[in-house]
Amino acid sequence: MNWDWNAVTDFLPHFRDGLLVTLQALALGSVVSFLLGLVWALLVRTPTRWVSWPVGVVTEFIRNTPLLVQLFFLFYVLPEWGLTFSALTTGVFAIGLHYSTYTMQVYRAGIEAVPTGQWEAATALNLPLRRTWTVVILPQAVRRVVPALGNYVISMLKDTPILMVITVPEMLSEARLYAQETFRFTEPLTVIGVAFILISYSASLILRTLERRLVR
Amino acid sequence: MTPGLWELVLRGVWVTLQLLVFGALLATAVSFVVGVARTHRRWIVRFVAGLYTEVFRGTSALIMIFWVYFVLPLAFGWQLVPMWAGVLALGLTYGAYGAEIVRGALTAVDPAQREGGIALSFTPWQRMRLILLPQAVPEMIPPFANLVVELLKGTALVSVMGMGDLAFSGSLVRLALQESVEIYAYLLLIYFVIAFLLTRAMRALERRLKAGVGKAPVRKAAVPSARVPEGAGAGGGA
Repeated sequence: MNWDWNAVTDFLPHFRDGLLVTLQALALGSVVSFLLGLVWALLVRTPTRWVSWPVGVVTEFIRNTPLLVQLFFLFYVLPEWGLTFSALTTGVFAIGLHYSTYTMQVYRAGIEAVPTGQWEAATALNLPLRRTWTVVILPQAVRRVVPALGNYVISMLKDTPILMVITVPEMLSEARLYAQETFRFTEPLTVIGVAFILISYSASLILRTLERRLVR
Repeated sequence: MTPGLWELVLRGVWVTLQLLVFGALLATAVSFVVGVARTHRRWIVRFVAGLYTEVFRGTSALIMIFWVYFVLPLAFGWQLVPMWAGVLALGLTYGAYGAEIVRGALTAVDPAQREGGIALSFTPWQRMRLILLPQAVPEMIPPFANLVVELLKGTALVSVMGMGDLAFSGSLVRLALQESVEIYAYLLLIYFVIAFLLTRAMRALERRLKAGVGKAPVRKAAVPSARVPEGAGAGGGA
């Protein structure tokens, strides 16, 4: 293998630009998926059938179809409907939407894991529904779901390279651009591969400690 | 859509199905080899298998695909046919996830079963083949069903390399028709139908395997088991 360290140092500035975009997409995508997932989880729990059933079907559909195609869908269809966003915004929304269908299941399990006695106590204290949720149920549920949500953040990190297909300049795009200009594929692709392993592995170590602290 | 374009889409479905089947076969083989190796007695075997899973789970499937397409040919001087390059990248990546499923199911088998095998002076291979795997495999099916759906979604990634799978033929049709909503809606629907059939098939497989070990398959409870109120709140609640 012809490995060239000069190409590595040459690629590093591009790598840094890509890394920043990747992290930005990851952070925003996480926020979208956390919030939207909670909305889905609460909607699916509503007793009204005509709300919970469609939400269940739609999220099931999103979870079982490829993010890549969803990305294309949003990227090409939204402008046709007169909604024009930057590639990054579209990408963040697509990732957030896709993963919200996963975080929704996490929240659901977390909410269901809160002991029934807590609900009964809230009823006994005559707490209004909104306060039951905000001060009794959710604080206990969220604590349990943090590790599982963290796992999906790592998955999301590993899905950010897909944003390349809609021209978001994240790490893989930068590596590909660099490769096309210099005809050196090995170094940039290896650098970002190693970067992904390092980030996701250290993130999973952090999660494991977090898990020990939060989950009894 | 004209019949010609539908034909293009159908050819894409065929390529996607091939990728799915071969990728799943390779991933299954990798999962069992690596997963069993992670329970091996020698630490060096466990370490190598662990390293494999960390590396392949740590990178992204798309980066692996790029690697197999662009770096392998440069490094070893041979180039893979696109189909096999795709299968290799997908199989190795999803096999790493599968290895964790195999390991988890193996360690979940009651230790007494293992000890029983030792008491009967079975060789380690006999214990694995006759005692541990028959009990662990049915437990692996539900997570493997999820993994197969993930693999199906992963096959769309090879379209980035210009391989004529469903997602790729879809983008060709889009160029021909200039009609994004219709074609992408069809694509998503086709993927969903394949995923749906896969999950159904896996559920049937689980039922058969569990019948073989004499265990009734646990139906996925809609309500997560009526919780018995525990501790102090039990009496005072209602």
